[in-house]
Order: sequence, then C-alpha cells, then structure tokens
Amino acid sequence: MLQRSAKHPQQRLSLGRRLLRDRVLLLFALPGVALIVAFHYVPLLGNVIAFKDYQPFLGIGGSDWSGWANFSVIFNGDPAFLRALKNTLILTSLQSIFVFPAPILLALLLNSLFSERIKRIAQSILYLPHFMSWVIVVALFQQMLGGSGLLNNYLRSHDLSTIDIIGNSELFHVLLTSQIIWKDTGWATILFLAALSQIDSQLYEAASVDGASRMKQLWHVTLPGLRGIIILLFILRLGDSLTVGFEQIILQQQAVGRDVSEVLDTYVYNNGVLGGAWGVAAAVGLVKGIVGVVLVLTANKVAHIFGEQGVYQK
Amino acid sequence: MSRKIVQGVPMPGWPMRAFKGLVLLVFCAVVIIPFVGVISTSVAPNKQINESGGLVLLPKSINFAAYESLFAGGVVTRALFVSIFVTIVGTLLSLTVSCLLAYALARPGFVAGRPILLVVLFSMLFSPGIIPLYLTVKGVGLLDSIWALIVPTMISAFNVVVLRAFFMNLPNEITESARIDGAGELKTFSYIVLPLSKAVLSVIGLFYAVAYWNAFFSALLYLNDSRLWPLQLVLRTYVINDTQLGSAELGTELLPPQASIQMAILVVSIVPILVIYPFLQRHFAKGVLTGAVKG
Repeated sequence: MLQRSAKHPQQRLSLGRRLLRDRVLLLFALPGVALIVAFHYVPLLGNVIAFKDYQPFLGIGGSDWSGWANFSVIFNGDPAFLRALKNTLILTSLQSIFVFPAPILLALLLNSLFSERIKRIAQSILYLPHFMSWVIVVALFQQMLGGSGLLNNYLRSHDLSTIDIIGNSELFHVLLTSQIIWKDTGWATILFLAALSQIDSQLYEAASVDGASRMKQLWHVTLPGLRGIIILLFILRLGDSLTVGFEQIILQQQAVGRDVSEVLDTYVYNNGVLGGAWGVAAAVGLVKGIVGVVLVLTANKVAHIFGEQGVYQK
Repeated sequence: MSRKIVQGVPMPGWPMRAFKGLVLLVFCAVVIIPFVGVISTSVAPNKQINESGGLVLLPKSINFAAYESLFAGGVVTRALFVSIFVTIVGTLLSLTVSCLLAYALARPGFVAGRPILLVVLFSMLFSPGIIPLYLTVKGVGLLDSIWALIVPTMISAFNVVVLRAFFMNLPNEITESARIDGAGELKTFSYIVLPLSKAVLSVIGLFYAVAYWNAFFSALLYLNDSRLWPLQLVLRTYVINDTQLGSAELGTELLPPQASIQMAILVVSIVPILVIYPFLQRHFAKGVLTGAVKG
C-alpha cells in the first residue's frame, strides 16, 4: 500500500506513482479546476477578437484579422470612449475619497463603544445592506429619494419645494457614490474591526500611563495598528479602479442618459453585446483589464518598497 | 477618578457618549427605514397609499392583496421559481465543487497541490472581461439556458481559499486516525472533515446563495427569453423601469394598486435573505477572517 505522511513528502516516489497514489484527490480537484479554467482562463483567449473584425456568423476562427484597427477608438480618442473614460475616472476618484475611508471611520466608532450589546446590534443592522442586490438597492433609493419617494412626499405635504435627485444628471455621480456607501460601508468594517481587536491592549495602557490623550492614542497606537490592512485594501482597490460598478450603473443609465453615466464597462456592454461592435468592445475591455493588472502589480511593488507586506510576498 | 477603565482608556464623558450614540442611531435608521417603508407599503390599504402619494411608513391596516396577485401564477410566480431553483441547485453544486477542490488543496503532499493552488490564486488577479466571457458562454451553448445562471459563476476562487484555510486548520490527528482505521479520501472527507466544518460551510454557503439569488448581470447578459427571467430581472423591469403589471402578466383579474404590487415584489426578493441572515450572522467574522489570515 502506498502510504503518505505529512512530514515526509516521499520524494523517492516517482511522479507516476505519486499521481497514482493521489488519483482520488485529483478527481476531487478536477471539476473545480475545470470550471476555473473554462470561465477564467479560456475567455482570455477570446480576447484575440480585439485584433479581428469579428463577425458572429463566421466565428472567431473565420473572422479576418484587423491588426490594431479596433484600438483606434482608444489611440485616436473617440469622443464616446473619452466620455466613458472621463466618467470612470471621476467615479473612481469619488470612491477612493469617500467610499474607501468610510468603513475605517465607522469601525473606529464601533470599536470605541463600551457596550458590547449595542455594538453587536449595530453590526447586525449595518451589515445587512451588503446582502441586497443592486437591483434592490437602486429600487430602495428610488422609493426614498425619487419624485414620488418618501422625501419628496414629505416635502410636498409640508408645502416645501421638492428635490429632484433620482434622474438628475448633475447629481448622478454623487448618487452612485452614496449608494455604494449605503450598501457596503457596514460590511467593510469587518476587516478593520478584526485588525483593531489584534492591537495589544498593553500599548494603550502604556500610552495612557505616558499621558497620551485619546486623540494621541488614536494617532500613535490605533492608526499604526491598522496600517497593514489599509494598505492591503488600497492596493486591491487600485487594481479595481477602472471597475466602478456595472450593474449599479446599467440599472440607472436610462434615467440620466449616457453623458454622465457611460463608464468603460457599460461602453463595452453597449457597444459589443448590444451594438454588435464586438472587436472594438473587446479591445477596450482588454486594455482595461491589462491596466488593472499593471496597477495591482505596481501598487504591490510600491508597498514592498515601503516595507509593507502587500497582497503577496516577493 | 472613579471612571471605568477599559483598555487602559478612561471612559469618555457623557456628551461624547451621547454624540456617538446619536451618530450610530442615525446610521442604523438610514439603513432600516427603506426596508420598513417597502414592507409597510406592500401591505397597506389602497386608500392610505393614494393619500401618501407613494410610500407608507406605518400601515393603518394590513392586507395581502398584492401578494395574492403576485402568486396567482403570472410573471412573478415563474420568476420566483427560477430564482429558487438557481439558488438551491447552484449553492449545492458550488459547495460540492469548492469543498472537493479545497480539500484536495489542503492535503499535505498532494502531488498537484502547488500548480493547482497557483491556478486558483492567479485567477483572482484579473477578470476575463465581458465580451470574451459572453463568447465563451455562447460557445458552450449556454445562451438562453437556465444553466447560464449557474455554471459560469459556480466556483469562486476566494471561497476556495477560505475553505482550504479552514480545512488546513483542522487537527491533523483526527484525519490521520481515520486513515489508519482504513477510511479512504472520500470517507475522510464526508464523515470527518465536512461535519467538523459546519460553521465555515454555512458562511460560504450563504455567500454563494446570496450571489445566486442576487445575480442580475449574468441574467441580463445571457438570457433573452423572458420566461427564464429570475426575480432580479423582473424587479428591474416592473419596479425600476416602472413598466405596468397588468392582469395579463399577473394571471389574475384582481388588481391592487401598482405601488403595492411593486413593493410586494421587492419584499419577496428581500425576505429570503432577511430570514437566513440572523442564523448565519454569528459565523461571519470567523468565515471571512479564516481567509484573510491564512490566504
């Protein structure tokens, strides 16, 4: 019988015999690996249509090569593409400035509560919106802030002028940002709260013996304790910076028009799947994907230079 | 100083505590009020809805006319069945496939462990892009099939990593002794490892179930046939885009006001999550953190 042991990986066994020994485990891993390969790696090959004049009835193989022609919208600055890029950059900045720090502040607030029970109740309530779909979140915002929503009905019944928030193109970027804050701030506190609970309480005692005020303790003990997780999450956020929320935006695009609502992902969807410009859409999607990977790798490198762990080890 | 000492920090004075309490109360209210409004409106009497102009926070009386019309066998009933099927079948398949893979990856000395782990981890670094994904799903013939809502999203690399970390933390002695008693991999996995992992299985199961229940993008992308629409697409069409639901769509002559029908559809899509949420909530931190610490 072929025995295994954790401490001695039995390098003496040949690869063939080890494969034979692990045949059940290989069978276990097979369906999962097949799914990841089929829907994560194989589609990467589909990106070749970015270099083709793709015609659905000819298929990928049958369509003609077109070189870099599909990329001309990017390099020549097609107005529709530039509009999508501009909105994406505006939204990603708003998210970095307002969405990213929100859970840190909320976690600090929750962490400073003295009653464990109130903290738990608040957490149960604040985590909840994370589990709602974007369709539900958008519908709830309509019911609250829309033309016949709760807010405007209240204003009307008190003879005040109503505020047009939903469907107002000027406020659309603010609306999108506040929806994300409403949905995910509570849930995102989990990681920060865990990091806060890891901070050695002796550090606080020592600081307070040395006469540090609460603000000073926050600055010199709490925030340094959170630095690792903040940097880690910021790197991940950076990699996603061109992804600003497809479902959320496509649901509300009709109401405000594409001038303010078209982002790179909706550009790809509208031009490719709906518009039939498959090659161009794939080209934009490909460049977006590559930029994302480059951003993560660069940010990770920078984190290493500053002596932080980052997402993965060197 | 007679103030309570926690973490070596004196308790702040009452103005600070009152301020914090107030801020927290406002946050919680902002989260809760929309849900209260939607649920109330779905059961409120017609007269009250018309008077308020839309949303009702406290119903004067309760009637379920809106729900009766939704469950009369029309569009919404069918969408509900689609969503329930996708969520239950999808979650079971996802858990099976993910646990098997995670178990194999957690076994020390597994011959293909290293390369497979890299395949899993590397897939988290990028997403394949909308167009190539669409063409792949089209290529395997899943367009306009209910399985398009399940198969492409069946496995999440992140969840596999969390499960693997959990399995690796199980005491080695237990699985070793099972093996000495002659249990094979399948027996060790199903009689020893799975029963010890109920907490993490329920959290990962919840993540998968919520993802399936909430799936909107894959339905929008892959399904043209409106008879296959899950609840989320129905919600988009009849609530967000405000398309009128008539007796033809509902399959009943009984027609409550649109506002209460719309709110009832919303409630139907929210309630399943609200129901399982409290049971699983206590495992959240554990489930999320195993992945974060050992990932």
